[in-house]
Amino acid sequence: MSVRRKRRRREVSDEETVTDAVRFVDERLGIAPLIRAGMNYLFPDNWTFLFGEIALYSFIVLLVTGTYLAFFFDPSTAQTTYTGAYAPLHGVRMSDAYNSTLGIVFDVPAGLTIRQTHHWAALVFVVAMVVHLMRIFFTGAFRKPRDANWLIGVTLVALGIVEGFAGYSLPDDLLSGMGLAIAYGVVLSIPFVGGQLAVLIWDGNFPGSSAFIDRLFIVHVFIVPVVILALIGVHLTLVARLKHSQFPGKGRTERNVVGTPLWPAYAFRALGMLFATAAMLFLLGGLVQINPVWQYGPYEPWLGTNGAQPDWYMGWLIGALRLMPGFDFTIGNATIAGNPFFGGILFPGVVFTVLYLWPSIERRITKDRRRHDLLDRPRDKPWRTAFGSAFFTWIFTIFVAGAADRILVDVGFPYEGQVIFFRILALVLPVVVFFAVYYVCRELKASEARPLRRWYGTVVRRAPDGSYREIPVQIDSGASDGNGSRPTEEERVGGDQPRSD
Amino acid sequence: MKQSRSPIGELVVVGALLAAGACAVAFVLLYVFDSLNAQLLGLSLGLALAFLALACVVAGKKVVDQTKGVEERPELVQEDVEKEVAEKTVALREGVSRRKLIIGAGAVAGAGLGVAAIAPLASLGPDNVSEILKASPWRKGVPLVDDSGRPLSADQFEVGSWTTAFPQNADKKALGASVVVVQILESEVLENKQWAPRGIMAYSKICTHAGCAISLFRYPTYEPTSQPPALVCPCHYSTFDVRKSAEVVFGPAGRPLPQLPLSIDANNNIVAAGGYVGNIGPAWWGVRKGT
Repeated sequence: MSVRRKRRRREVSDEETVTDAVRFVDERLGIAPLIRAGMNYLFPDNWTFLFGEIALYSFIVLLVTGTYLAFFFDPSTAQTTYTGAYAPLHGVRMSDAYNSTLGIVFDVPAGLTIRQTHHWAALVFVVAMVVHLMRIFFTGAFRKPRDANWLIGVTLVALGIVEGFAGYSLPDDLLSGMGLAIAYGVVLSIPFVGGQLAVLIWDGNFPGSSAFIDRLFIVHVFIVPVVILALIGVHLTLVARLKHSQFPGKGRTERNVVGTPLWPAYAFRALGMLFATAAMLFLLGGLVQINPVWQYGPYEPWLGTNGAQPDWYMGWLIGALRLMPGFDFTIGNATIAGNPFFGGILFPGVVFTVLYLWPSIERRITKDRRRHDLLDRPRDKPWRTAFGSAFFTWIFTIFVAGAADRILVDVGFPYEGQVIFFRILALVLPVVVFFAVYYVCRELKASEARPLRRWYGTVVRRAPDGSYREIPVQIDSGASDGNGSRPTEEERVGGDQPRSD
Repeated sequence: MKQSRSPIGELVVVGALLAAGACAVAFVLLYVFDSLNAQLLGLSLGLALAFLALACVVAGKKVVDQTKGVEERPELVQEDVEKEVAEKTVALREGVSRRKLIIGAGAVAGAGLGVAAIAPLASLGPDNVSEILKASPWRKGVPLVDDSGRPLSADQFEVGSWTTAFPQNADKKALGASVVVVQILESEVLENKQWAPRGIMAYSKICTHAGCAISLFRYPTYEPTSQPPALVCPCHYSTFDVRKSAEVVFGPAGRPLPQLPLSIDANNNIVAAGGYVGNIGPAWWGVRKGT
């Protein structure tokens, strides 16, 4: 009996087994058409499309490593005396939050590897999102119908920054405490409601009651991750609904998608990208030290240290706080806005407002309300590319200014001078970049439409009498750059003019 | 067997998968026998994933079918359906006579539930914000003590030295508690000399810019070329001239550090001669200029 069954099973082909499996699922869920559509989904090939994927995979690594850390972390400000494996801190009074973080580093199996991987993944997550956002910006992928998805993407960047800040504020080490003090100062500085809001968030005056770290913890491990996860879901659903945008190319139109199907090739490539991202993050987590909180010691409100630098995605804000001239905004004797308001609220507020509104702003300027599924190359829209370059240069200059104290230590430029220099640079450099990029885009575009533009040289001709002479030639003044039409070689240079090749 | 698309690719996939398995096993062994070795744990797990990535990418680019496809994009706008949806939406009104009354009642319900949803937020925050933010344990006669609670003697200071001090028997973590105490030459004190016996003076340690701890004190090493004595916040480098009651001389701070008037008691210990002059911590709506 059993022998016969075995033989019969072997006769069943692979195809029949899979058919049975598909039937099993379909009978219960009725999703075979959906699976088919998924397998046939086409991915246009372009390496710049991978930044969003890196962000997605970093987020997956964050969820996995963060879950592991949450098993061992204790979000509590209850005081305890350290007795763990790290001798230099023996006998030091500290919060359970910091104590349990040290436990993860020195006592939990693979704890340090996972903690550092989590931190690296957070840094890469935000980098990937920001680069992805720039790619979308410079290729015009935010235009209708993807303008709705652009709003979700910008929100994800903001949430990523909030989530990262909440995360590195949890261990209650010196660096996280200094960051929270600044956050407290920024909240206080909000006009009219800042005081109330800060007392509400911290449950009292800084450093807050024991309730504060509970709130921070639930924000970091539940509220923000759930919102991010939900928005990623909507983001990807919208991508799939509209299908990928694509660069212009052979056979590619506004109405179609040319690409490699998900099954089988892209499924394996995407999995490869997932594992490659995870591999990089775990290698960094194991081999490259990040945020060594045991060296910083526990935080107390009266402690601070020179050379404290936040995670990179806070750098633009610290730069803005440092560049502000010293004044509180007062009317009469009343403080309307404290100084940190300008760098900590107004500056990021302006940046995110511009990002959120950009699709509408561009629609107003170009009057272009059509649907776009073909991408621009940056040079195709010199005005947009110039503006974007100037805008990101502005933010980047302020970001670099946030490291001016390290530049002082490493290079020796006086700090006070740097502050003045960066204030001027933040205003001047974007303007310079705007015109430079605009010019470069125009030139690239024009020389592409007319490769022989501004070409000059000599042509050697043979005269009827058999002699040779040189004739100087200049082609095309380039008066009609940028009109987009591409005349053929013949039209441009005329029949008996020299060829470029 | 059918014709292979890439015999070498298949071999690479097999090799990479085996290597990934080996690295993963190495990770497990390390986890069991050397579980605190962060470098080797990260290396083994990272390499396992890297080999897996290699296998997947080679499989995806060489081994499986590479045929490209073309498909039409979905048409998003379907005018007849849009019209139908709009008509159906409006058709809600048909056969209903007390429309305004119902809408009004709905608004009442919505407003009530909205308030009910927000009201519990009140339990998160107190109503005496000003009292909380301006709280400070310093009073006239409160002795200054060091980190471990010992009284601060005026004799332990020398010109150019500084330390952190707290009010005796108070919560050190309170924002209004910690002060930075410095000594400069009595002749250098330009303002409020009565608060700085022997040139010893105390300021709130909490920066008036963003609330970090003032933890840098610079004292000139060579008078003619050095900058005057100042307290500096390491977060955004607000710099306060201690000769002039912590006037801001550089950086983003908008107000001087609140000064704590000092006096020296019969035992040569330093005590507060009064409460803070000025509001502690970063600026907010309740902070009035000149207070």
